[in-house]
Amino acid sequence: MSARNVTDADFEAEVLKSDKPIMVDFWAEWCGPCKAVSPILDRIAEENADKIDIVKLNVDDNPETAMKYGITSIPAMYVFSDGEVKKRIIGAKPKPALESDLAEFLA
Amino acid sequence: MRQVIIVGSGPAAYTAAIYAARADLAPLVIASSVEFGGELMKTTEVENFPGFPEGIMGPELMTKMQEQAERFGAELVYDDVTKLELEGEIKRVHLGSGEVHEALAVIYATGSAYRKLGLADEERLSGYGVSWCATCDGAFFRQKKVAVVGGGDSALEEATFLTRFADTVYLVHRREELRASKAMQERAFADPKIEFLWNQEVAHIYGDEKVTGMGLVSTVDGTETTKDLDGLFVAIGADPRTHLVHGQLELAPEGTVAVRGRSSMTNLEGVFAAGDVVDPSYKQAITAAGSGCVAALDAERYLSELPAELLARAAGTAPQPQPASA
Ligand SMILES: Cc1cc2nc3c(=O)[nH]c(=O)nc-3n(C[C@H](O)[C@H](O)[C@H](O)COP(=O)(O)OP(=O)(O)OC[C@H]3O[C@@H](n4cnc5c(N)ncnc54)[C@H](O)[C@@H]3O)c2cc1C
Repeated sequence: MSARNVTDADFEAEVLKSDKPIMVDFWAEWCGPCKAVSPILDRIAEENADKIDIVKLNVDDNPETAMKYGITSIPAMYVFSDGEVKKRIIGAKPKPALESDLAEFLA
Repeated sequence: MRQVIIVGSGPAAYTAAIYAARADLAPLVIASSVEFGGELMKTTEVENFPGFPEGIMGPELMTKMQEQAERFGAELVYDDVTKLELEGEIKRVHLGSGEVHEALAVIYATGSAYRKLGLADEERLSGYGVSWCATCDGAFFRQKKVAVVGGGDSALEEATFLTRFADTVYLVHRREELRASKAMQERAFADPKIEFLWNQEVAHIYGDEKVTGMGLVSTVDGTETTKDLDGLFVAIGADPRTHLVHGQLELAPEGTVAVRGRSSMTNLEGVFAAGDVVDPSYKQAITAAGSGCVAALDAERYLSELPAELLARAAGTAPQPQPASA
């Protein structure tokens, strides 16, 4: 299962109003490291489906949201909870490193 | 146990894998968990790799090399090597997962890693305006002010690339002249968006949440100045990734793994090294690929001279990773 996409248009409804923690994976087609990290995120999402949602946002198609959150490097993985950014992770990392970054949300 | 394990996944490692697989050595390639494919994954068009008259995208070239290696039976593992035990007849390769693999020969092709400025706020602001890859992050700096630090080909390439997006690109260089090639220099000098800041060193990076400026110190008279800024690209070279072999493999004065003559042989029997990790001078995809070929041929020859009973233990057996030792 791969993560669903969110857009500028539905960001508020999907992410900011989400009732559980939700991680947004800011990515682009031309970004090699984004492709590397994407299957790892899918596995984390699958293994923790009851605790955290993981969605993707294409920064080329949705510049407004990317700009609003000041994205300057991708992959950028921001965890939102109650409409606010609670955690920022930048750059592709191995699964154990991502899991430890996300520990507070996976516990 | 394996006959040969290849550490890395750039042009050197994949070429070694193609040759070793075609020689029926059933190589295991430890490709890294997130950086597989090597440096060319971070670039766009590669125009000087023979066989692609129209050029080819870096990531596509690396995917093709990987497929070619797998087609002949190389097996890839997407994990990082965390420790190597290279002495003795049987080498041990420890992975991030805790698994340990054994092999009679190891080909070490880990490439090089970007050099950092070594400033206090560099790490904290990395990804928030500090970057090592213009092609990856440049597009986020449309109509912004950025700086590139460095004076070689890669610094000028980054600066020129960034003018596609940014309004102003400062090029900060410690000296008064550049190491970069004539052609690159001329292109950069002619570019109205690039402003050269000669004889300057970056001493501070400013910004709370993201980069807002840099502090410069003159290398001539120590004068301090600051510049407002949205992004800072570091292009001051790369160092060979040798940390896994410190104390085991001899290094050359340049910091690369020392190899004998034109071969890939290191000071340890059965350990071969290839690619940018052995190369202080050329550092190209094609030279890395060529040296990967050399390493596979050297490994094949080494293996053919080992006692039959050792080879029997490695040949034909399915991989049997051992659980992590406590
Ligand atoms: C932006 C850019 C543009 C370039 N453009 C060109 C070009 O147009 N033409 C050209 O010929 N060259 C180009 N180069 C240079 C070229 O990319 C390198 O010379 C070449 O990739 C070196 O190959 P390599 O196999 O030695 O190492 P790398 O490509 O660096 O690959 C090393 C691999 O080893 C892996 N690794 C490292 N440590 C471990 C570990 N502990 N466990 C597992 N895996 C590990 C890394 O993740 C990496 O995948 C460019 C380089 C850059 C940065």
